[in-house]
Amino acid sequence: MPRRELIDVNVNLSRWPMRRVPCDDTRELAAKLRRQGVTQVWAGSFDGLLHKDVASVNARLTEECRKHGRGLLLPFGSINPMLPDWEEELRRCAEAHRMPGLRLHPNYHGYKLDDPALGRLFKFAAERGLIVQLAAIMEDERMMHPRLRVPPVDTRPLARLLKETPSLRLVLLNALGVLRGPVLSELLDAGETYVEISMLEGVAGIEKLLQHVPLERVLFGSHAPLFYCEAARLKLKESVLTQEQLSQIRAGNAARLLASAQSGA
Amino acid sequence: MEIWDLHCHLSGLPGRTPDERLGKLIEYADRMGIARLCVYMGMEWAYDPSPEKLREDNDAVLRAIGRYPDRAFGFAYLNPKHTQASLDELNRCVRDGPMVGVKLWVAMRCNAPELDPLIARATELKAVIFQHTWLKITGNLPGESTPFDLVELAKRHPNATLICGHSGGDWERGLRAIRPHKNIFADLAGGDPTAGVTEMAVRELGANRVIYGSDVAGRSFASQLAKVYGANIPDSSRRLILGENLKRLLRPILGQKGIRV
Ligand SMILES: [Zn+2]
Repeated sequence: MPRRELIDVNVNLSRWPMRRVPCDDTRELAAKLRRQGVTQVWAGSFDGLLHKDVASVNARLTEECRKHGRGLLLPFGSINPMLPDWEEELRRCAEAHRMPGLRLHPNYHGYKLDDPALGRLFKFAAERGLIVQLAAIMEDERMMHPRLRVPPVDTRPLARLLKETPSLRLVLLNALGVLRGPVLSELLDAGETYVEISMLEGVAGIEKLLQHVPLERVLFGSHAPLFYCEAARLKLKESVLTQEQLSQIRAGNAARLLASAQSGA
Repeated sequence: MEIWDLHCHLSGLPGRTPDERLGKLIEYADRMGIARLCVYMGMEWAYDPSPEKLREDNDAVLRAIGRYPDRAFGFAYLNPKHTQASLDELNRCVRDGPMVGVKLWVAMRCNAPELDPLIARATELKAVIFQHTWLKITGNLPGESTPFDLVELAKRHPNATLICGHSGGDWERGLRAIRPHKNIFADLAGGDPTAGVTEMAVRELGANRVIYGSDVAGRSFASQLAKVYGANIPDSSRRLILGENLKRLLRPILGQKGIRV
């Protein structure tokens, strides 16, 4: 993996519901990420949080990625397993849109992780070689809109679910602010689970993270455009990392994950 | 562009002693190109510190900055519930010692009259005053100030230099609250690197009232610097936010202490 590769696994297109943010336009966002040296983006859609017509959300996401991405943007479709006939949506993501993966927001969609629908969704995703990204939270709970308070996802049922679906590839997004220590380790041990660094905090955060999370499970993610995309890149600079650690976190791990999912390995 | 960090702590770092911890922090500050760090509170924090605990915390900071006098400044931690002890700490750490500012946290909401003697004395000494604030939809701590409380204080002390910690946390409300009050400055530290915060602060307050800080070691330098590097603002504003504003606020007290920067 050449060192200049940089894969950002945590980006959203369209508009954050609570405010306009700089670069909430796909063309501008793609240009900004390119300037930051990003070479591949795994993109979901903010529309997937609250829209009920998820079919059109995913169609737009695919189209935006195609139109503005020039190979940069890979669409990760929203699935809400509380909606009628969500299985068809999953099929379209895989077959019609040829997406590499899915993005889930259980807290915005109102289900717990022990809901049987999620077990089925994991099984279908694993069978089709779709990577599943699950967002633990989208913004600091302390400053949410008073009419839209969405607590972090309760991940406790997840370990059991992962053991039941051993071929699932799961990426936890925005998780490192709320998941730490033994709780996090249990999820990493239970299956092929990855984390990304957008909400990792603390001085030399990546150095500290690597003391208890295996290198091969750590991905680069910025949570752009809701977060300034510079934050994640500066974290790579702040921590003292070997060339090997840097190149795996920048791109090696994500590229291997994507390749293995697509080959069905 | 010289970078000064308004908001650093000694907790959450490796090292048995305050100076070992500050040394570690400076190693990372060097990686990020940060020249000076303002440090306050001790090795472990107390919401409502006793007079003894205040002295202990301030001693820790004195020890740490004493080892790195050309890299770090200290702010004295005070508790408005202990007026005399706080005034004594101000005299010990600022008038007679090297500290240049005051830190007030969550012992008492800052609109309380108990703050008046401390703010008056700090202002006489030309110390800048850093007040933690947050507007939490999840609920503030009992003694935790909001930007609205700070506005009340600022009206009573028009000559004090007051810094609104975390820009109120919920910065879209916090920045508006402090906007009319020119002696209140916005600290960018300690929240997520949410895009737009710095642009709004510059738009509503003017770049000369916005100050970079990190709130390390709980936060990273990286996420907090990104708020300034990533913002769509002129480089002249970036320079003010990253260092020049804080230099300007500290210049009177540094001059008095014979510290040239
Ligand atoms: Zn702090």
